[in-house]
Amino acid sequence: MKIQQLSLFMENKPGHLKGICKTLADAGINIVTLSLADTQQFGIVRLIVEEWEKAKAALEAAGLVVNVREVVAATVPDKPGGIAEVLAVIDNAGVNIEYMYAFAFRHKNEAVLVFRFDDTDKARAALQSAGRCVLDFDTLFAEAK
Amino acid sequence: MSLYEYATDMDTPVHPVSAPDYMPREQMSALQLHRLQATVKRAYDNVPLFRKRMDERGVRPEHVKTLKDIALLPFMKKVDLRDEYPFGLMACPMNEVIRFQCSSGTTGKPIVLANTENDILVWQNGTMRALAMFGIRSSDIMQVSYGYGLFTGGLGLHYGGEGIGCTVLPTSGGNTDRQLMLMRDLGVTAIACTPSYFLHLLDEGMKKGMDFRKDTKLRHGIFGAEPWSTEMREKMEDITGIIAHDIYGLTEISGPGVAGDCQYRCGLHVFEDHFYPEIIDPDTLEPLPDGESGELVFTTLDRTGMPMIRYRTRDISRILPEVCKCGRTIRRIERVSARSDDMLIIRGVNVFPSQIEAGLLSIDSVLPHYHIVVDRQGDLDTLEVKVEVTQETFSDDIRSLENLRRRIGQAIQRIININAKITLVEPHTLPRSEGKIKRVTDLRKK
Repeated sequence: MKIQQLSLFMENKPGHLKGICKTLADAGINIVTLSLADTQQFGIVRLIVEEWEKAKAALEAAGLVVNVREVVAATVPDKPGGIAEVLAVIDNAGVNIEYMYAFAFRHKNEAVLVFRFDDTDKARAALQSAGRCVLDFDTLFAEAK
Repeated sequence: MSLYEYATDMDTPVHPVSAPDYMPREQMSALQLHRLQATVKRAYDNVPLFRKRMDERGVRPEHVKTLKDIALLPFMKKVDLRDEYPFGLMACPMNEVIRFQCSSGTTGKPIVLANTENDILVWQNGTMRALAMFGIRSSDIMQVSYGYGLFTGGLGLHYGGEGIGCTVLPTSGGNTDRQLMLMRDLGVTAIACTPSYFLHLLDEGMKKGMDFRKDTKLRHGIFGAEPWSTEMREKMEDITGIIAHDIYGLTEISGPGVAGDCQYRCGLHVFEDHFYPEIIDPDTLEPLPDGESGELVFTTLDRTGMPMIRYRTRDISRILPEVCKCGRTIRRIERVSARSDDMLIIRGVNVFPSQIEAGLLSIDSVLPHYHIVVDRQGDLDTLEVKVEVTQETFSDDIRSLENLRRRIGQAIQRIININAKITLVEPHTLPRSEGKIKRVTDLRKK
């Protein structure tokens, strides 16, 4: 199963992120990882949770606008030049990275990054053929526990 | 039924109540003069303020010999209604008054309008003719979600609906969940409310997964009491598949049903056998010829409780004299999308909130949930437009949101030539209204 990321629109104001996290906490949902992209005015919260459909419903009921995007979770060697190595693979495949962030846990002693590509399938194939481990939904959430 | 089919639907015969809409012009003018003369005499005999002003000008009721002589008469303004509060402008004894209505006064004392039995019937005739023109018939079920009470919206449409013989559902404002449930369960075909309240209903309904096209039988919206742009109308029609009719009126002149638009939407037909329209130059106060733009002035021709003579509405419009394609001979006024009361002066430029709305709504998938904030930084006025992000406009990356902000800003700038700061805000965070909506916060007035 593919990995779905939730993105939320948030005004750049004190307490707003806490409100979002509280909504998920009340619904009994654990946030596996979260990233924040912001401008002066507003931000986009991106998060990965196991029960994303339930999380989406809870957030929408709280009046938020939620988008679902498919992302790729791939391992990166945790050593100097590790990321550069992976990025070269992406570059060669001619895929563009829209944004990326990291998971807090490791997989087989390697770091795990979240990528949003403009062409997910092509990027996944390129990473796999370069011997990178692309985590599927079940593996990802098994690691997260 | 699409608008075009509705316009050419031969099964919608002219409703009998619409007969005066088609009166030959000479006959209409004669009726208007006859009624004007009686109204001027009544006011002169019974309203001290009016008599004083007439005497100061040396004008007597018998000087009104033609309709043009209306220019001899003094104007009335909102401040007169305040100064003479509550009974000073009454032209009949209290035992003839059967109902008071009050304006939704924003500051200080409200405006009180005394209605005789005759006035209630005149008012009802206006709303009935507006509804008949919109194509509302006895088979329709009309939900009246205008507030009932002192505000003229609720009771005005209620009497109009009953007069036409349609089924009235008097929900008044508020309790949105129940409004939506009744609309669906009772098969409501027409709704009368402010455009902003309809948006609120749409919003709440859509949040609950309601599809107005599939889940309701709604075909007509009867909208008025606040200015709304053509773009807003198109947006509401797009989403719901209804025909959004424009009904115009003001408490001082009776309430809704002073004018309304026909299926050709080229201005609003004034029921001018009751309400005589003029356009004046707001600076020189001289009457302007038909076709020219200026301040709209009304004279009530057959109201007896509190007749209004040359009442300055502060609305900007013009009279469209050409005979309408619908065959009605009563003249039209241009749709009022700007009230001079709402005008903002920003950096010396006159700006109407409806212009900002038009710019905003020219961007695809933007919904009209916005609020305007005017402030001053140093010597410079600032204009901020807050816009709610929706499922349709929110995309996952910063670039496209910044792009959305830029497009909205440019669209507004093209119309008003002022650079507005566009702020995207979370959904459902801007104030909603169940009556007249407040779209502007002017912090300069502190």
